[in-house]
Amino acid sequence: MTDAVKRTDGFAGQGDAFYEALIRAHRGLGEEDSAALNSRLVLILANQIGSLPVLTEALGLARASLAAAPSLAEAQRAGAPEPGAQD
Amino acid sequence: MTGHRRQPFPYRTPPELRGAPSVRRPVVVIGAGPVGLTCAIDLALHGIPVLVLDDNDVVSVGSRAICWAKRTLEIWDRIGIGDRMVDKGVTWQVGRVFHGQRELYSFDLLPEPGHKMPAFINLQQYYVEEFLVERAGDLADLIDIRWRNEVTDHVQDQDGVTLSIATPDGGYSLRTDWVVAADGARSPTRSRMGLPFDGHVFEERFLIADVRMEAQFTNERLFWFAPPFHEGQSALLHKQPENVYRLDFQLGPEADPVREREPDRVEARVRAVVGDTPFALEWSSVYAFRCARLDRFVHGRVIFAGDSAHVVSPFGARGGNGGIQDADNLAWKLALVIREEARPALLDTYDEERGHAADENISASSRTTNFMTPKTRAERLFRDGVLALAGELPFARGLVNGGRLSVPARLEGMSLQTGPAGTGAGVAPGGACPDAPVQDGGGGASWLLGHLGTEFVLLLFLPPGAGPPELDVAAQLSPSVRVVVVGDGSAEIEGATVLRDPDGLARSRYGAMNGAAYLIRPDTHVAARFDRLDRCALAGALARASARHRQRAVEAVP
Repeated sequence: MTDAVKRTDGFAGQGDAFYEALIRAHRGLGEEDSAALNSRLVLILANQIGSLPVLTEALGLARASLAAAPSLAEAQRAGAPEPGAQD
Repeated sequence: MTGHRRQPFPYRTPPELRGAPSVRRPVVVIGAGPVGLTCAIDLALHGIPVLVLDDNDVVSVGSRAICWAKRTLEIWDRIGIGDRMVDKGVTWQVGRVFHGQRELYSFDLLPEPGHKMPAFINLQQYYVEEFLVERAGDLADLIDIRWRNEVTDHVQDQDGVTLSIATPDGGYSLRTDWVVAADGARSPTRSRMGLPFDGHVFEERFLIADVRMEAQFTNERLFWFAPPFHEGQSALLHKQPENVYRLDFQLGPEADPVREREPDRVEARVRAVVGDTPFALEWSSVYAFRCARLDRFVHGRVIFAGDSAHVVSPFGARGGNGGIQDADNLAWKLALVIREEARPALLDTYDEERGHAADENISASSRTTNFMTPKTRAERLFRDGVLALAGELPFARGLVNGGRLSVPARLEGMSLQTGPAGTGAGVAPGGACPDAPVQDGGGGASWLLGHLGTEFVLLLFLPPGAGPPELDVAAQLSPSVRVVVVGDGSAEIEGATVLRDPDGLARSRYGAMNGAAYLIRPDTHVAARFDRLDRCALAGALARASARHRQRAVEAVP
């Protein structure tokens, strides 16, 4: 397993300011628009990161923290196998 | 269990109502709370006679402010009451943050030795006020506190302020050059002047319960998101002296304040935390809060300090501690102006510096409140997401916001500071002076901060192996500058206090391994730092730090 996702604080003391900006960006939006904003934000940030191994690991970490949900690997096994998948 | 016994301070008929002539005062402080008293004591230590007027005759009812930060303790130590506060208070430096039953992380606010004052003490406001009143009593030739003297009106003109004062024996008026309005969050002075107090009102309601009990909680700040004992909300626990514990419960915006105040209901909430431990409810309060500030803190000859000037949410202990820093920032400036060693323009920098600090405090405490009280589904999802990730991913712990605790204001880049100059190592101009253990010439142990403050100080670190410095550079300056030299030898130096730095911590914290010269303000903020002592640079920095640099130009005009 790769271990490339940054786990330590990368905000350099600006974490609270970022969080405030994030909340502010959602102000005045309904639930649908808020979710849409998040999806666009994820795409923009994913492009900024660019590395597929890092993004895959990040997806796994996020998914794993949803306590009730099956893991990303389980979910993928449950779905249709990808074309060319070995197992 | 012993408790605090509240005794009224004696009201005495003011001399003006016993036939004595009304004497014009240099300064009147309205409000004998922690901020007003700190300011009055500090002014007196500058030799200024102070009249303090308070509409009441008792200390604070209930614990109210309890968390006093290192910087506040250092200020109180400078004015001679720090040890008393620390001896009585509960010292702490570790905070723990829980999500449900799980501890997410802990933080240590002072992870290194070599500081006289602890990161924080918890001490009920009534003790703080009582000790400050006692300290003011040591300076009774300069400080006159008049209880049950309520200022009912004031009229300001170019030359001074006339106060109308009501007492149990009737009213009188007096004239003063300056007024410090430290009369609290509901400041009557502010209302009388019709000044807008703009800000943000938070609808969330909270319950404070101070309970007395024999319990085994450690001296740590415990904060819970979604605690097992308080469904879905947050809670905070602090230990105070004499087995008093502060419990703070988030109640939500819908809570009915009248109902939540009912003792049975409060006790049930406390019972959920402490189980079978017997306890007595000492004080409780249901509150909502706002973050707000005056646009300007200086209005002619009336200067606002503490809650009258700015209010914040309690999370972060930035209200009381911000107010004490106001007093610390204001007293020396006002003293210089009253002694005519600086122009009133110096007071504009009180507004500049403490206005900036108030903005910082409001921003920090608003962010905490927003994190604790998500208003929309999106906010809640982010908040819960941060909490869910915080156990596994350290970065997310940095985003968990259950309070960002009060730190000294940084005054970098503001009008009074010079620099940075030279290598720029050490404490940047505007920073608060760090403490360090030192030895005096006789080998006696003391603390560096004990040698700084109340006057301007030239703090000179000698380079290794250096001979005695040329100190005549400091002799002719105005305002006067005290000289403190940190060197290797113990030889006396005329006109200076000589200190040794046995552990090297002073040199290290001031970035002075190869020597350095600091000009330290009377409130122990750094005004300027130079790699080596230079007469012109020092004089220039002092002129700037006392707002005299423009006066020279004016005086040069015939």
